[in-house]
Amino acid sequence: MDLFIPALLTIITAATPLLFAALGEMVTEKSGVLNLGVEGMMVMGAIVGFVAEYYSGSATMAIVASILAGAAMAAIFALLVLEFHASQVPTGLALTIFGIGLSALVGQSMIGIAYEGLPKISIPVLSSIPVIGPLLFQQDFLVYLSIVMVAAIHYFLNKTRAGLILRAVGDSHDAAHAMGYSVVKIRFMAILFGGAMAGLSGAYLSLAYSPMWIEQMTAGRGWIALALVVFACWRTLRVLLGAYLFGGISILQLHAQALGIGIPSQVMSMLPYLATIFVLVIISRDVSKIKLNAPASLGRAFHPSR
Amino acid sequence: MWPRLVKRQIPSRLMVYLSPVFALLLSLLAGVVLFIIMRVSPLAALHAFFIEPLSSIYGLAELGVKATPLILIGVALSLGFKAGVWNIGAEGQLTIGGLCGGMVALYFYDQEGFYIIPLMLLAGVLGGIVWAAIVAFLRVRFNANEILTSLMLSYVAGLLLNVLMHGPLRDPDGFNFPESRQFSDSALLPTLFDGTRLHIGFLIALLVVALGWIILSKTLMGYQIKVAGSAPAAAEHAGFSTSKIVWTTLLLGGGIAGLAGTIEVAGPIGQLLPNISPGYGFTAIIVAYVGRLHPLGALFAGLLLALTYLGGETAQIQLNLPVAVTGVFQGLLLFFLLASDVLIHYRIRFGKPELAVEKS
Amino acid sequence: MTKAFPGVLANDSIDLKIRPGEIHALLGENGAGKSTLVKMIYGILKPDAGTILFNGRQVEIESPARARELGIAMVFQHFSLFDSLSVVENISLGMNKVVDLQKLANEITEVSKRYGLPLDPKRHVYTLSVGERQRIEIVRCLLQEPRLLVMDEPTSVLTPQEVKKLFLTLNRLAEEGLGILYISHKLDEIKELCHQATILRLGKRIGIVDVDDESTSSLANMMMGDELEKNDRHHTPVTGAIRLQVNRLNMPAKDSTSISLSNINLDVRAGEIVGIAGVAGNGQDELLKALNGERCAPEAASIIIDNQPAGKLGPNPRRRAGLASVPEKRLGHGAIPDMDLVDNAFMTGFYRMGLLAKGIINYPKTRIFAQKVITDFSVKTSGSSVPAESLSGGNLQKFIIGRELSQHPEILIVSQPTWGVDAGAAQTIHRSLRQLATQGAAILVISQDLDELMAMSDRIGAICGGRLSPLYPTAKMTVEKVGLLMAGVALEEGAADVASVS
Repeated sequence: MDLFIPALLTIITAATPLLFAALGEMVTEKSGVLNLGVEGMMVMGAIVGFVAEYYSGSATMAIVASILAGAAMAAIFALLVLEFHASQVPTGLALTIFGIGLSALVGQSMIGIAYEGLPKISIPVLSSIPVIGPLLFQQDFLVYLSIVMVAAIHYFLNKTRAGLILRAVGDSHDAAHAMGYSVVKIRFMAILFGGAMAGLSGAYLSLAYSPMWIEQMTAGRGWIALALVVFACWRTLRVLLGAYLFGGISILQLHAQALGIGIPSQVMSMLPYLATIFVLVIISRDVSKIKLNAPASLGRAFHPSR
Repeated sequence: MWPRLVKRQIPSRLMVYLSPVFALLLSLLAGVVLFIIMRVSPLAALHAFFIEPLSSIYGLAELGVKATPLILIGVALSLGFKAGVWNIGAEGQLTIGGLCGGMVALYFYDQEGFYIIPLMLLAGVLGGIVWAAIVAFLRVRFNANEILTSLMLSYVAGLLLNVLMHGPLRDPDGFNFPESRQFSDSALLPTLFDGTRLHIGFLIALLVVALGWIILSKTLMGYQIKVAGSAPAAAEHAGFSTSKIVWTTLLLGGGIAGLAGTIEVAGPIGQLLPNISPGYGFTAIIVAYVGRLHPLGALFAGLLLALTYLGGETAQIQLNLPVAVTGVFQGLLLFFLLASDVLIHYRIRFGKPELAVEKS
Repeated sequence: MTKAFPGVLANDSIDLKIRPGEIHALLGENGAGKSTLVKMIYGILKPDAGTILFNGRQVEIESPARARELGIAMVFQHFSLFDSLSVVENISLGMNKVVDLQKLANEITEVSKRYGLPLDPKRHVYTLSVGERQRIEIVRCLLQEPRLLVMDEPTSVLTPQEVKKLFLTLNRLAEEGLGILYISHKLDEIKELCHQATILRLGKRIGIVDVDDESTSSLANMMMGDELEKNDRHHTPVTGAIRLQVNRLNMPAKDSTSISLSNINLDVRAGEIVGIAGVAGNGQDELLKALNGERCAPEAASIIIDNQPAGKLGPNPRRRAGLASVPEKRLGHGAIPDMDLVDNAFMTGFYRMGLLAKGIINYPKTRIFAQKVITDFSVKTSGSSVPAESLSGGNLQKFIIGRELSQHPEILIVSQPTWGVDAGAAQTIHRSLRQLATQGAAILVISQDLDELMAMSDRIGAICGGRLSPLYPTAKMTVEKVGLLMAGVALEEGAADVASVS
């Protein structure tokens, strides 16, 4: 039991940033756009949130700033891809390279500053349930928000007309255009949303997961989030499952040494990356499955016919 | 009246070459704005970044040193990207190459011999090839996205080097610092000019540029690469095997990145460290794009991007600017390039549309 | 209405009038400007000049949504459908007003019953046949109770039997007072269905006529300008040696969106043109790829070229054996869009034309070859160094077919030789294919254009759901009989009562 509770807490904290970023990227991809810049948007969300907290002292301001930073990064991507007809793959890579560079520049004076972390919010009644109460219902705001987002996005995509239109644009931008839907506007919104979610993911990293600023503290989580979307076959609830599965892997990473296994910490740190490769292989080998679930226009450039 | 984009009937060849120039000018402009925001004199900063490093023989030699891995990997990535094979894990292949080459050097640490360097280079190439082969195998056999697998393997490679530096490869007399022994003189690349660090690796890079150029423009392999990237179905119609192209470009990329890794440890570094590259493998992606996915372009782009590293260091020493400015500048350059590339397929028109053209 | 694109005046002051209850044909060749005109009517394109009056009032149709609001509905030639969504979701996306999906599903069932257009609202589009997909489009239009229905080449994807059913539906709709604008270049259909016809040629209106007063040949004259030479049909059976033989060829589908080929048997003799009809998406692409080696067969003996098993050979060994092919899709499959004509000539020519030595490309020789194709097949281009994508459809097709014919193949497989090609180029292509056959080559033509196949093939069959019918002498076949084959009906049982199928 004394191992169980910290283990579960580890899962939740490790899963939350992945969940935010993967959910956002899934919505972007559902509109037919592949944004490989998740890592860059995330790391900008992390530093801007941290800076905002440092100067304002307000967690709310910090979170809002992170969201805006992620969305602003996404806006650069959207502008290049949608207005300047740039290819999505190199533009996403550029966003990551730029984000890592800019965050390091912004964050150089923030190194070594500590922050006590986001306040925990206890949900009345539920948090007094023995054992699991404090565990599940005494988290910070962002953990609750991530779960609410799962439900909201699931509802949006499957039950609302706007969600239907978004999926339609991702399925065939030409057909959507022919029907009079503005492919560019819809994709712009979807890209911005993906950026905002990546920003939130970054906020969680620098304000809650390890409340401080370290250069490149995202450590490839943006890329893992991209893999999670594929793993989830572009389905909301499977993204939730995937994020918590990866959260589970990080228990091994953190607690292996506590258990006295003589494996160097670097080897344990390889686990999430190796696991990402593993799940990608498992999912991708069924080509039909990917083809059936992936948005059909994903990654393809949209040039409205004359 | 807002400017509008009008599609050209035929892509502009001129803009293919002008676009990097526009991108550079726009990046410089953005740099000026950035320096003003950082309360640094833009003139002094630009001078430190772009003039100072080039104003001495030593500086020029250093430029060659930094450009060597960028040019090498830039050429390799150009071929891959042209084929639509997105190997963005060159950093990992470089790391493993450096590790393998370095291990050969450490094995012979107390020996002299002309054979050591060729063996190191060979080991580096093989190491890079093995690391890239994993990516190729997973892509061809399981259809796993090479962007994600190659990148994940970069993280793994970094950690692998790190764990070895903290363990078996650590210098026994090194006070527990995670560094290897210094390589013997026979394991260090000969320099080209006395008093500089410019080594024969730069000549190897020039050779790779020439080979890459010939492959791309004159050979069936290069033709296959171009067709596979531009029109995969046409490649199949012509009878070119997609799997073969994936394998070829990835192994070529991995081998050259591994070679670059060994050249780094046997050249400017001279030992194994937990971190042997300031992100050359990622910067080479920019090199490939700025160089228009052409080997000769990669040569010029490699020199330009090397200048941003060198300039970043100079600016840090002279003006106390953070090194991170280099990364921002590199990112901006790629952004502006991708934006300028719109002019290859579109022209800008002002005023009322005389020929109505759809804008969604 | 006037509309210009860079380099072309697509519509030059076109007038058009449609009354309620009238089925009005918009007749013209590919490239005559039909699609441009209807896109302006449906609000997809903005006219450069001209006015539209709807029910006597001048209107600005700035978007498809506005068109639908006015009561204009359109069935596209290429369907605007979302494969991964269900029928009801697809239809709801085409409606201006937001509706409850359950209620809409009921309405769909009701309308589809009333007009004889069976459709299950819950099915996902990717599971439907082409005919069923078209029904979605029509039902979607009808649900909006339109005043004007625009149909862009609706029959090009249907079997003759499906066409009959469609015409019944359209006649019924016209009787209920709906105006229908029917776009086509198929004269028989227009004679059968339409009341009036507006004829376009090269962006100009040639005339408006009562269809009853005209014959198909007078309509053809107006459409094409001058009398086209008739293709002479070969009635004498060809008795040359069998060059290409396919025995019990089975190919599993590559993935969920492609068709598996089952038990394909066919043979093509020297000097013969064999035609394979079929509705799009019934395995034509897969058949072409199986025959030209882009996909290898599981058994070598299932494809035999000149008595040699060839099933496991790739494209280039098959080229060496004398087999050339022209795929349906020109840009991106038959040609590389952004590479120049020299590189495109090299693409399939390097093997037989000796353009390669020890892995190095012989560019001077390739340039001469490209130039020869351009000259011999009168490809209109400013030279061999322009990218393939800058050529018009007809010119590119001439280049691709010319590239293959210049290599003197002994067997040629060509898919959709004249799809989207202007009449002049189509004639050149037909003539050169016939000439190649006369020289003793075996030719297999896969096409969705039944008229083309009836005119040029010596024997004909049809592919349906990945199965190929037996081949019959074309002289003994009628359009109706081939239609049955296209629907997958075996001729022995069905041939007697063609009329009863509906």
